[in-house]
Amino acid sequence: MKAIINVFLKNGVLDSQGKAVQHALSGHGFETVRDVRVGKQIIIEMDESDEAVAKEKVAHMCEELLANMVIEEYEIEIQA
Amino acid sequence: MSARIKVGILQFPGTNCEYDTQHAFNDLGCETVILWHKEDSIPQGTELVVVAGGFSYGDYLRSGAIAKMSPIMKALKKYAHDGGKVLGICNGFQVLTETGLLPGALKRNEGLHFISRHHHLKVIANDNTFLRHCTQGEVVNIPIAHHDGNYFIDENGLKELHANNQILLQYTNANGEIENPNGSVESIAGICNEAKNVFGLMPHPERAMESLLGSCDGRRMLEGFLNR
Repeated sequence: MKAIINVFLKNGVLDSQGKAVQHALSGHGFETVRDVRVGKQIIIEMDESDEAVAKEKVAHMCEELLANMVIEEYEIEIQA
Repeated sequence: MSARIKVGILQFPGTNCEYDTQHAFNDLGCETVILWHKEDSIPQGTELVVVAGGFSYGDYLRSGAIAKMSPIMKALKKYAHDGGKVLGICNGFQVLTETGLLPGALKRNEGLHFISRHHHLKVIANDNTFLRHCTQGEVVNIPIAHHDGNYFIDENGLKELHANNQILLQYTNANGEIENPNGSVESIAGICNEAKNVFGLMPHPERAMESLLGSCDGRRMLEGFLNR
């Protein structure tokens, strides 16, 4: 089973990297770009057969280590 | 009590300020020991543990994040909860916020650049062990060297810091006016916990020990931990 985790800064926490990328894109003529957020994607392969169990374990990993809950939020997608 | 206190200095893979820190405390007459992160206890009689600066685990994932999983950190948490004094410098500050021993988090610098230079800091609270030899409002000059020094805390957390005198230092210019190098909330450079036994700051007092090398302002800060 594969877990795809996306970690982003929470709304309200300034994303300086996103702003820099947005600025660069606008400067290169991509005028329709309204907002950019930069996050990270973590892909985990795991020996689990139950999707709910896998998701619960990955959520635990996020809270413990993969995301800093003071400034970040996460989304988990489980693929069979 | 003798002035010669016992200082433990944590070393993770990627830590690179442990020997500067050791030199600084040796110079102050302390007994120092480097504690490898695989150790699972803090030696008995240790009166201060310093989480030294550097790039623990290559700053992978987030600065200080992987270090918090090391065996020594369990021991450090217990040590701190029992009232032991802890000082986190730079990456050590990041490790302490990641571990939850200090509130808030350290984000990428607002300008995205690594900043390495001397910076002025204003002493905000001196009613604590660390800054007791400094004067409130005094401006000191201490080197900073970081990429992720942008201190963040939410509004409620900030109120608590104010209410308990937990803001130790702010980045300023030589006149003590706010000059924020990295985007930190209220230009905060260092804080302590509510019990005032855990301290964290991004600047490096251990690099400001000799006036010949630019500043000896760090000396008075570290001397706060000595029994004199």
